[in-house]
Amino acid sequence: MLRQASRLLARRPRLAARTRPFSTDLPAADQTADATFTEAWSKVIPNLDPPKTPLSFMQPRPPTPSSIPSKLTVNFVLPYASALATKEVDMVIVPATTGQMGVLPGHVATIAELKPGVLSVHEGNEVTKYFVSSGFVFIHANSFADVIAVEAVPLDQLDANLVQKGLAEFTSKLSSATTDLEKAEAQIGIDVHSALNSALTG
Amino acid sequence: MAALRREGRRFAPLISPRPITAVRSSPIAPTHEDEGPIGVRYISTQVVRNRMKSVKNIQKITKAMKMVAASKLRAVQTKAENSRGLWQPFTALLGDLPSVDVKKSVVVTISSDKGLCGGINSTSVKISKGIHKLNSGPEKETKYVILGEKAKAQLIRDSKKDIELIITELQKNPLNYTQVSVLADEILKNVEFDALRIVFNKFHSVVSFVPTVSTVLSPEIVEREAESGGKLGDLDNYEVEGGETKGEILQNLAEFQFSCVMFNAVLENACSEQGARMSAMDSSSRNAGDMLDRLTLTYNRTRQASITTELIEIISGASALEG
Repeated sequence: MLRQASRLLARRPRLAARTRPFSTDLPAADQTADATFTEAWSKVIPNLDPPKTPLSFMQPRPPTPSSIPSKLTVNFVLPYASALATKEVDMVIVPATTGQMGVLPGHVATIAELKPGVLSVHEGNEVTKYFVSSGFVFIHANSFADVIAVEAVPLDQLDANLVQKGLAEFTSKLSSATTDLEKAEAQIGIDVHSALNSALTG
Repeated sequence: MAALRREGRRFAPLISPRPITAVRSSPIAPTHEDEGPIGVRYISTQVVRNRMKSVKNIQKITKAMKMVAASKLRAVQTKAENSRGLWQPFTALLGDLPSVDVKKSVVVTISSDKGLCGGINSTSVKISKGIHKLNSGPEKETKYVILGEKAKAQLIRDSKKDIELIITELQKNPLNYTQVSVLADEILKNVEFDALRIVFNKFHSVVSFVPTVSTVLSPEIVEREAESGGKLGDLDNYEVEGGETKGEILQNLAEFQFSCVMFNAVLENACSEQGARMSAMDSSSRNAGDMLDRLTLTYNRTRQASITTELIEIISGASALEG
């Protein structure tokens, strides 16, 4: 235990040096946020190293350029994988709650919630379509788009028969539902399955 | 002569002139206590042999535990690395404000259920207590939500009244997003908060785990910080699509952020636990190996000493007979 403690202590300063080899790399903004925290920490708890915060583990985003860039950079993340990570594309169409929203480079900064529907990524001539269950999309002023979805599958992995069966099942559940919670759950099922249906047919 | 001596010793408790004190071996095994030069006592070989057997078993067990931890680590590590992209968009949008001034903060401490994993649970608990101290003051209160048995055992001793929720047996089924989002839902429903601080060990490599704290703010605090400018000042520039009010979307956003950050935190902590267990078991088997070497030397020394004593007796007996 003591052997490990000395090993960890010896490693921690080296690790801190490695994550931030040049302090000029980080924009001044997150230095100050961390600095107030570290200062307050070292006043109250002098013996322990302050814990790290997520900012120190992230690549900083580029600032808003003065002219509209030609490509949109998309991060499409799911809990289990990053489907697209900083991919440069021409356009994405996201299924927002207000309808299908097309995002081009230079789009105004937006936060939108997603409903079940089809997300399509247009890169040159190729279009990749995914069915997303729900999530959020953040469009930043510097032409970065973050799409965070709970589940997403490429359209060719959907089975039309199971979609029909699920739709029928949830419709019958809605009619036999008694409590508000059951009704809400059945309604959600219907929404998702009808969106799946229209994704496969449309 | 020596044979008689040996026979005599088997009934040592009855006929030995010297009282047998501090018999370390079990009363069932016969004690062959040897006496070298006056005052020196050698531990019996039977005792050393028993000890060597148990140390060797311990070495095998800890080596096996290390292999098990290594295989579990491999399984969770890919999941954790894939989930790392999940919290980054939220931090890019909302920034990270660990030093935000709020009235009600809730510290979510993530720890393991099983022990023998080195010092990671103690580190998490120390950091949680530090954050509690940092955020204490007039009109401010900090509560705990505990995930895992080990943190529960440590925090229940002195902070029992500050604990809101305790959740254990998280890793009974393989970790997945649905389970964590249900958990996040429970926490959000039952606990009032202005800021949630999630304390966990981030997995860097098999030997390095960094204690980390992630802050998730409630929608009201996000609005307050956005209006006051500073880090979240450009949040107002973002158009909010859909929903009736901006507040509704921000509420959904905060809840989604919490579940995503929790998912990543739980996976990273699971990785750190397995990695720490690997290194703990590794140093344990190395220690057992060292102990075994030392015991082997003691055993050989004892054995040789008893052989030498027997030879001395035989030879001195023979020379006494010759006259």
